Amino acid sequence: MNFKSTIGFEVHFELKTKSKIFSPSPVSYGAKQNTETNVIDWAMPGVLPYVNKDVYRLGIMVALATHAHITPVTHFDRKNYYYPDSPKAYQITQFFEPLARDGYIEIEVHGKKKRIGIHEMHIEEDAGKNTHGTNGFSYVDLNRQGVPLLEVVSEPEISDPDEGYAYLEKLRKIVQFTGASDVKMEEGSMRVDTNISIRPAGQKELGTKVEMKNLNSFEHVRKSLAYEEKRQAQVLLSGGRVQLSTRRFDEATGKTVLERVKEGDADYRYFPEPDLAPDRISQEWIDEIAQTLPKSAQDRYDDYVNKYGLKPYDANVLLQTKESSDFFDETVAAGADPQLAANWMNTQVNGYLNDNRVSLADIKLTPANLAAMIKLIKDGTISSKIAKKVFAETIEHGTDPKKFVEDQGMVQLSDTSVLAPMVKEVVDNNPQSVEDFKNGKDRAIGYLVGQIMKQTRGKANPKVINQLLNQELQKR
Amino acid sequence: MNYLNEDIDSLNQKLAQGTLSADKLAQDTVANIKQTDKKLNAWITVQEDAKVSEELNFSHNKLAGIPIAIKDNIMTDGVKTTAASHILDNYLPVYDATVIERLKKAQATFVGKTNLDEFAMGSSTEHSYFGVTHNPWNLDKVPGGSSGGSAVAVASGQVVAALGSDTGGSIRQPAAFNGIFGIKPTYGRVSRWGLIAFASSLDQIGVMSKRAKTSAQVLNVIAGSDDHDSTLSTRDVPDFTQFIGQDIKGLRVGVPKEYLSDAVDAGIRTVVEEQIAALEAAGAIINEVSLPLTKYVVPDYYIIASSEASSNLQRYDGIRYGYRADDTKNLLDVYVKSRSEGFGEEVKRRIMLGSFALSAGSYDRFFRQAAKVRTLICQEFDDIFAQNDVVVGPTTTTPAFDIGSEISDPIKMYNNDILTISANLAGIPAASVPAGLVDGMPIGLQIMANRFDEGSIFKTADFIERTNKFYEKKPAGMED
Repeated sequence: MNFKSTIGFEVHFELKTKSKIFSPSPVSYGAKQNTETNVIDWAMPGVLPYVNKDVYRLGIMVALATHAHITPVTHFDRKNYYYPDSPKAYQITQFFEPLARDGYIEIEVHGKKKRIGIHEMHIEEDAGKNTHGTNGFSYVDLNRQGVPLLEVVSEPEISDPDEGYAYLEKLRKIVQFTGASDVKMEEGSMRVDTNISIRPAGQKELGTKVEMKNLNSFEHVRKSLAYEEKRQAQVLLSGGRVQLSTRRFDEATGKTVLERVKEGDADYRYFPEPDLAPDRISQEWIDEIAQTLPKSAQDRYDDYVNKYGLKPYDANVLLQTKESSDFFDETVAAGADPQLAANWMNTQVNGYLNDNRVSLADIKLTPANLAAMIKLIKDGTISSKIAKKVFAETIEHGTDPKKFVEDQGMVQLSDTSVLAPMVKEVVDNNPQSVEDFKNGKDRAIGYLVGQIMKQTRGKANPKVINQLLNQELQKR
Repeated sequence: MNYLNEDIDSLNQKLAQGTLSADKLAQDTVANIKQTDKKLNAWITVQEDAKVSEELNFSHNKLAGIPIAIKDNIMTDGVKTTAASHILDNYLPVYDATVIERLKKAQATFVGKTNLDEFAMGSSTEHSYFGVTHNPWNLDKVPGGSSGGSAVAVASGQVVAALGSDTGGSIRQPAAFNGIFGIKPTYGRVSRWGLIAFASSLDQIGVMSKRAKTSAQVLNVIAGSDDHDSTLSTRDVPDFTQFIGQDIKGLRVGVPKEYLSDAVDAGIRTVVEEQIAALEAAGAIINEVSLPLTKYVVPDYYIIASSEASSNLQRYDGIRYGYRADDTKNLLDVYVKSRSEGFGEEVKRRIMLGSFALSAGSYDRFFRQAAKVRTLICQEFDDIFAQNDVVVGPTTTTPAFDIGSEISDPIKMYNNDILTISANLAGIPAASVPAGLVDGMPIGLQIMANRFDEGSIFKTADFIERTNKFYEKKPAGMED
């Protein structure tokens, strides 16, 4: 029997605001427990939430980038449940009127394009975090309480694990390039829940859904979905019923493991949040945000390949993160040759980042300095060999390449009136090489060039020396 | 000292002239409270070390050095705030409510926190973990609720003004029962930051005092926009005292026929009709109006208020602050035991009611319907205020009842609030001003106005006060 899969995703993105969604507490990753909290985050009696409007701005960016319809008057609702990391014992979320609905993204799998619908996206607050000590006590850290989240809910239009993988990659890229979120799965700023049901081909109604929460890599998503496809098919083929349940992915075995069976949906007693007034999202505001929306990864790719003539591979490496793409764009904007800039970004700069386990934000190299160095190479002021020294200095200390080259006397020697006598002298001193040259051994030139480089400590312009040497040797 | 013959102006004069020192005033106030409260039980906390701000500016701040009572559901930094509940009976707040911040800036003196129905749920101040408060006009009668402690503190002359909160009539009904003035301002006029939430869309902090002008003076200080409360209006706050002493000629007064039905005590109807006649005699235009939705307000209110309350009170779960039950086996046990032992009967009743109204099968049948009815009630008032400046009628259907007489019958108790609830559902300002005595107990005239038109209420109430001079009467229970 053939089965068809139906896969859906709920992806949470932490929105990159300076302060929390309903309180003035700062938002940062890795601070000491409970230091980034205040009376609102603790749900002290008498406190009221207050909406950080920047949350709307970032959410609208994602909505625009996914072609979603933005709700003109939006308000928050309460989702009631008890849990130690939920201080109010309710979560403020958008249930009745989400920020945006009916968007889509386009994916490409095995050369085939497909449009995946986005059912809705809504804004909500994150909860705190529990840790369970070995001493029998549990601890609650409320730093994460009130961090703004954007939940993107797909339509169940994904029909296999490869499509699922492509959807997640594309969604991450889109959100990342809006700048609305850091999209780091390892830091929890992107969190993926998925669900899958299967049904016999030809059957209309969907099968029973199995959920998998908090998957921590796209690869795990793909593997767990593939495992579930097989497992559920086996259950059905042996005459069983798939249980409505939540399962987790076990990395060690590559299998999914039952966590809990759902008897039915929990009753969250949703109702409109009476402590917050509704907010109007005007078309003017949306237009204003659209003006500031950074260029998408796709648009940048098209520019890199078609306008700059980069190879698709190079373009894709640059587009791996928004930071590197932004850095590249700024380097080009500062006057660097695009191909040279791409070469330096994808080899030397990336190499440095990998070796030192740092990111572009942590290093002293600026797009302006990289562009300045590339200009020095391009106009022949320095050789590519010298460039490596200049690069090392600049990336380590943020030194201005032009000034460094001048201070260190690294400017390439291209002046024939200086170089010609040196060439003559070297040729005079190496009769054997002259002999070899005349016998057709090209290698001899290389040796002579090396001698001159040695004398000039690498500063001589190889092109000019080659020219002068050829002239000199022809005379002999 | 007691304040039976005082108001803010008379005290301010004495303080400014130096015939009375603010420290002495505070000490005497505390001493009098300790003495008189033995029979009244109007206070949960009396601050014996009541601090008076230094360098008081009597000419700039009318409230400088004036002791003000605070209902014990309003946060006061470092002073126990309990909501009259076992679950918060030792709770020390770490911040001030916005109204407290503003009163501090105005250099008012704080002498303590007054009794209330637990979490402001009730109409008698019998639902308090700290015991029943007694009505100073007759110690066997309830003071009304939930701001019963604040009402009694004012009526008995313990203080000249008090803050209360009003979700369905909790300022106006006890004001009526105790023969004082009490105003619930427009929803969105006074910040709710620091008020322990009962029902967020209905709660409003207000003022209680013997004279309307005193409340106007306090409201001047506490009203106005606040970044902490997004439901608050940013519109300018007028000087409410300018409406005191104004002529009421031409004032358009709507009298809803539903408010003078047979359901209202005959004695109350007579007194209220006398007051309306006085208004007419002074040149007001009296119009009979109709509020046909009045019959739905009690169930409508109990669905909305209890639903919001069931959610607002979830934070009292024994985890972060307040009461936590001992001898618990697991997490669920912590929640269930702490809440079972920490909350009183009335609070639990409303949590159950609200949880039910919001549950998956009931939301559309109850909460959504109630929200629609509420919208219709707002429209009803909009129509009336297009033609009228104020709407008047009785505040309550009966005078204060006997302690213990209604507490076992929740529905009867809920129906007490039928005349006050509409103003909360519609978000309009409303006040109760003493209208007279029925069987020796005070009763109130309720005055409602359009949103943000507290001015018309002060104007009308001040006229009534000047006419019937009720403020000259002394509560019978305070005579030795």
